[in-house]
Amino acid sequence: MTDSNFRTCGSTGLKVHGPAELLIKANAVVSVVALLIGAIGAVLLVLTRWQAVHLLSAPWYYRILGVHGMSMLIFFIIFFEMAVLYFASTVVINARQVMPKLGWASFGLMVVGAVMVEVMMWTGKADVLFTSYVPLRADPLFYLGVILFAVGALIVTSMFFANLVVAKREKRYEGSVPLVTFGAVAAAIIAIITLLHGAAIYIPTFLWSLGLMEVDAQIYRLIWWGLGHSSQQINVAAMVAIWYMLGALTVGAVVINEKISRLAFVLYILFISMASAHHLLVDPGMGPTWKIVNTSYFMYMAVLASMIHGFTVPAGMELGQRLRGFTSGLFEWLRKAPWSDPGFSSLVFSVVVFGFVGGITGVTIGTEQINIIVHNTLRVPGHFHATVVSGTAMAFMGATYYLIPLIFRKRVAFWGLAKIQPYLFALGMLIFTMSMTFAGSFGVPRRHWDITFSQAPFGIEFSPAVDLLLGIVALGGLMAATGAFIFVAIAVKSVFFGEPLGEITRGTAMVGVPAGLTHPPVHSSNVDELNAELHQPGRSWRLGPAPGTVVLVGVFLLAFVVYFFVNWKVLSFVWKIG
Amino acid sequence: MPNTHTGLESPKGVWWKPAHPAEKVWVTIAFVWCMVLFAMMPLWHFKGGQNPSGIRRKVEPTAFFRRTQEFIAQYQIGEDQGIPIVAPPPGSDVYLTAMSFQWTPILQLEEGAEYTLHLSSLDVNHGFNLNPLNVNFQVVPGYDYGLKVQPTAAGDFRILCNEFCGIGHHTMVGRLIVVGGNSAANAGGSR
Ligand code: HEM
Ligand SMILES: [Cu+2]
Ligand SMILES: [Cu+2]
Repeated sequence: MTDSNFRTCGSTGLKVHGPAELLIKANAVVSVVALLIGAIGAVLLVLTRWQAVHLLSAPWYYRILGVHGMSMLIFFIIFFEMAVLYFASTVVINARQVMPKLGWASFGLMVVGAVMVEVMMWTGKADVLFTSYVPLRADPLFYLGVILFAVGALIVTSMFFANLVVAKREKRYEGSVPLVTFGAVAAAIIAIITLLHGAAIYIPTFLWSLGLMEVDAQIYRLIWWGLGHSSQQINVAAMVAIWYMLGALTVGAVVINEKISRLAFVLYILFISMASAHHLLVDPGMGPTWKIVNTSYFMYMAVLASMIHGFTVPAGMELGQRLRGFTSGLFEWLRKAPWSDPGFSSLVFSVVVFGFVGGITGVTIGTEQINIIVHNTLRVPGHFHATVVSGTAMAFMGATYYLIPLIFRKRVAFWGLAKIQPYLFALGMLIFTMSMTFAGSFGVPRRHWDITFSQAPFGIEFSPAVDLLLGIVALGGLMAATGAFIFVAIAVKSVFFGEPLGEITRGTAMVGVPAGLTHPPVHSSNVDELNAELHQPGRSWRLGPAPGTVVLVGVFLLAFVVYFFVNWKVLSFVWKIG
Repeated sequence: MPNTHTGLESPKGVWWKPAHPAEKVWVTIAFVWCMVLFAMMPLWHFKGGQNPSGIRRKVEPTAFFRRTQEFIAQYQIGEDQGIPIVAPPPGSDVYLTAMSFQWTPILQLEEGAEYTLHLSSLDVNHGFNLNPLNVNFQVVPGYDYGLKVQPTAAGDFRILCNEFCGIGHHTMVGRLIVVGGNSAANAGGSR
């Protein structure tokens, strides 16, 4: 086996395998195309939900809603994850891609599947939204498309493990795999569980659509969400892996404690597949014990994992910065951080919005009884646009700013815009998700074309605050969508028409190259001494290695506690139900 | 070789090391909080008034609809927009069928009385949302969800569908009336 297919990356020293690089590129490009389709859909949707504009007709609103959900949540996110899996199992550990031809075959399957699904949806043959709850019926080709896509993804995930095994055998890396790759392993294991659920539900549903068998509506919801929610945990695991990666690249974040961080990933793997229950809390099919045990991932063990990462990621960044000499006060490390590096700002916003908005709302609304005042209202999309969009999509975008110079070896185009893009997207999403959450607490339904109920037998009037809130939803949504378009423009221009990147000169800022590459975040030369000093057991724990982070997580916990109990209080005001 | 490393580097040597006290304290606090989050749910089943437990069983959609029609025939007191208004006695089993794109019948309940509200669907999934109270349940064909409900205030409520059920989903609005105390007589064909 020759090493002729490898090149050595000038800025990181990593060995990059040619065939792996091509697969990463192809998957990333398709992912961005899906993002573009989804973002166009998003604009049409916000302009329809904003009743003052009410852009689309009813059939087109529901159709585009399906297109948006599928294109974003499934195609954009999963194609990008395929790129992450290739990246983490080759580039990060200097390894080669095994069976690249199989990689291309699965890529082909996934593209064909995705195109089939899109065609069915756009032509109105699958007006069933992305959840396609049986017995709503779509054209059999829709289900077949999903199956092809999932089979492709399953093969790529298996190849990820093959890569790791071969890399180990060929001694491409020493000791254990890096934490980032370990996180990707967690994501991949969850992906296998998820995709098996996918097979378990889409194959019977495909047969049902052909009239060959029966599918129970409740069982469908149970297993479909075994796919639908577990896949969110792939996203979370992949996102956290990227947090560790971006932290390392932008501020030299260190791993505070490998044991704790890895255990937290293991908790994800162990408990995540139970989360189907989040969607069935007010369903008739399951009893309270099942609901409680499952919605809490067996006593919130996966939440514990996220709270651990929510500490270790910022703490690692803080320690990394302190080891570079930013030691004064609680927050010098944050003030002196590379805020104009889009990789860094994306990372920070991803952590903050995911944690504060996505995490807190998610645990709260996923509580068995609180779900009564939440299910199917706008609070639900309000929540998940704070997790999978502001968290995962934001992290993926941040990673792309590094993938472009590192993998595509191009300068990031529209560099000025790139620096503000994370701010625009994050702020827009923050406004969007919070106002959606508020609107939802008035009972405004999700997936609904007309909350003026102009064609309904009985009228309903929402509080005037709702009109205002939906206007703000539109404002935030349009801002975020603009951020998404800028991102797409940057990615497309850089990749296809971008300026090739020669040597990166260290120490001088370069247009189109993130600061983490021109000014790699090296630690002070006396790093061990500093580190030992910061870890002095003599210092009280409050002053430990990352005191700023301790303050931040304290604020987080407080917000969490308040939000959680306010919701119980609100619940206690409605009718007695049992 | 520095003994610090980033998430992109393989940890050298043994990485199974004790965590720093700050980290241990946070993990402990987080764990305790998770237990509180968990404990609230069983606790609310004993102490709280709102639980999605219900009586749950499988039912043929058409059988459920027939039961609803019998129920309507038994207690009908009027009609609004062609939909029967039904006033069942306190304590009784009441039936609400969802179908694209209608809720049948209109229920008239008494404030403070307890009923068992049976929800099911004749065709696809629907979403029960009681407006403006914002109480939500999933209505699944083939399953009878029997929830004990006790209206706490009189009023003219709406039931809107908040699960996508087809192209007329947004027109699917029903009505539920709660009359105060013993004034069951002021039955409403009025809107
Ligand atoms: C770019 C900014 C985005 C905006 C402005 C936006 C806006 C919206 C709006 C207005 C809805 C419809 C809510 C309703 O009427 O029920 C929606 C639904 C949804 N969005 Fe987004 N979105 C964006 C990005 C994303 C991304 C990146 C993802 C996934 C990674 C995503 C996933 C979804 C999903 C799964 C739904 C639910 C569809 C359904 O109910 O069937 N969105 N979004
Ligand atoms: Cu409906
Ligand atoms: Cu509906």
